[in-house]
Amino acid sequence: MVSPVDIRVGFFLAVRQLRRASFWTTGLIVFVMLLTFLNLVVVTGMLVGIVQGISDQYRTQDTGDVIVSALDEKDFIENSPQVIAFIKSLPGVAGVTARYVANGTLEANYLSRDVNAKPNKTGVVISGIDAVAENSFSDLSKYVHEGAYLSPGDYDEVLLGPQLIDRYSFGQFPGLTPLRNVYPGTKVRLVINGNTREVIVKGILSVPANSPLAMRAFMPSEEVRMLMGRTDYAVNEIAILLTRGTDPSAFRDVLKRSGIGANAKIRTFDDAMPNGIADVKNTFALIGDAISSVGLVVAAITIFIVIFINAVTRRKFIGILKGIGISGAAIESAYVFQSLFYAAIGAGVGLLFLYGFLVPYVGAHPIVLPISNAIIVAPWNGTLIRIVLLVAATIVAGYLPSRMIVRKNTLNSILGRN
Amino acid sequence: MIQAKDIVKSFTDGTVVTHVLKGITFAADQGEFVAIMGRSGAGKSTFLYQISLLDEPTSGEIVIDGKETSRMSEREKMRFRLSEFGYVFQDYALLPELTALENTALPLYMQNIPRAIANEKAREALNRVGLGERLSNLPSQLSGGEQQRVSISRAIAHAPAILFADEPTANLDKESSGVVMNIFKELHEGGQTIIMVTHEEEYARYAERLVKIDDGRIIADAKA
Repeated sequence: MVSPVDIRVGFFLAVRQLRRASFWTTGLIVFVMLLTFLNLVVVTGMLVGIVQGISDQYRTQDTGDVIVSALDEKDFIENSPQVIAFIKSLPGVAGVTARYVANGTLEANYLSRDVNAKPNKTGVVISGIDAVAENSFSDLSKYVHEGAYLSPGDYDEVLLGPQLIDRYSFGQFPGLTPLRNVYPGTKVRLVINGNTREVIVKGILSVPANSPLAMRAFMPSEEVRMLMGRTDYAVNEIAILLTRGTDPSAFRDVLKRSGIGANAKIRTFDDAMPNGIADVKNTFALIGDAISSVGLVVAAITIFIVIFINAVTRRKFIGILKGIGISGAAIESAYVFQSLFYAAIGAGVGLLFLYGFLVPYVGAHPIVLPISNAIIVAPWNGTLIRIVLLVAATIVAGYLPSRMIVRKNTLNSILGRN
Repeated sequence: MIQAKDIVKSFTDGTVVTHVLKGITFAADQGEFVAIMGRSGAGKSTFLYQISLLDEPTSGEIVIDGKETSRMSEREKMRFRLSEFGYVFQDYALLPELTALENTALPLYMQNIPRAIANEKAREALNRVGLGERLSNLPSQLSGGEQQRVSISRAIAHAPAILFADEPTANLDKESSGVVMNIFKELHEGGQTIIMVTHEEEYARYAERLVKIDDGRIIADAKA
């Protein structure tokens, strides 16, 4: 049984040992604990961050915080102009963009193609957008890699996602055969609802393969509306960005209560996020936890070895302490406190590095990967759980070796006998 | 005050059994200064370890103030060593990371004596051994003689019933040995019970009683 005196004396001995320990040795152990902490938090955080990057793309580039779309049995949102005007009038709205969305085909090199050759043609989802509103919503112009962004008044011009172009395409998707020899200025043939139009490629986007922009084509909304054969201004979707602090679920409920829900589907980003993304996110989190748990074991073994070597080399002094009446529990506490010190300093430095630099820096400069722009997802509650795990592993790893040495015969320890 | 009844201590190494103590009976009264002498390997240190509860005899009984120690748990023995005994070892046995004051005060901290009072008692003990000016020095900053005096101050700071000393002058030069023995003499004059193992007759003369051990048996027990 450990008494308060044991703990006080143990703490006193631990502080004195640490104070007079080699700076470099202590630094090295703390560094190992720092790396362990980062391994625990960052590996999982990055794996989850890859998926989070994908889902963030959907939020910022496609759905916004709340998306209003056509009912399953309808092709458009009824009374779209009134709905848009109502949404814009609500508090908490930071941006709104309305889109016409149609399926169609794009064909390139159709003039020079051999009659018997396979057409240079692909299926595509075409978004008819207000270039200015869309840009302020999703920052679309930022992603233009070749050519230029759409301007108000543009006619017969199109922006293409990188998956539609074979030199940027990241693998094949069903129904998608990326276009060859297409550059800004290239003429392509667009077909929507049997209506054909020759348009010029104005720009090509650069986004990761999993971006919702990757397989889309963008044209001015007026042209898409005409090609779709739509005679009114009924759009297919309205994406809404909310101001910071506005609850998307509460906003969705406000829209539903207003009666819009009778004519359109209203979903928050979380509602609209494809199920697969949530599953992949959970899977990556599990993989991250598995990798981290290996790191935790390595850290525990490191502490065990450090404390064991420390205790073995100080066996004589441990014997003397027991000889003069210092309890075994106090001596063991001293080693546990030392282990805790290593873990606490390692985790403390790790926390500073993680939240003071790594998370904000990677958040501002995501790691560009082929499938997404990855960030580090490290929620405080998850990090605290990992710190508790690290501390628990450290306590065990510090206690066991000290217990092994303290249990040895007092006189044998004093005299250095085995 | 302390009685050893028919103490036997044997060590076994494989099939070989070595009998180091072969039935020692001994008693010391309060305030006595006993020197235990003998040639190297005679069993004098082993005997000291038994009666100071640092080791357990193979057979026999040690009774301290009427308490049979064979019935004590390891924790009770530890408490007994902490509060009733003081130890001075041949190689000083100081903790290298603690200052002279901290080394001396450590057993007092373990007795749950408030830090300020413990430090004051430790300071007094160090003053008694003439190291009142070296409180903040680490063992590595002290000479061998000074380290042994710190060891004595640690042993006496909590006013133990019995002070055990195992070859306290073995690692010291003549001058330092004289200083250490004079401290023992003063402590004895103050009523401290001391049981000291030494192989040097010169220092054994400081004691009032001389016990000689040879081949695991007491061969002489007389006033010095």
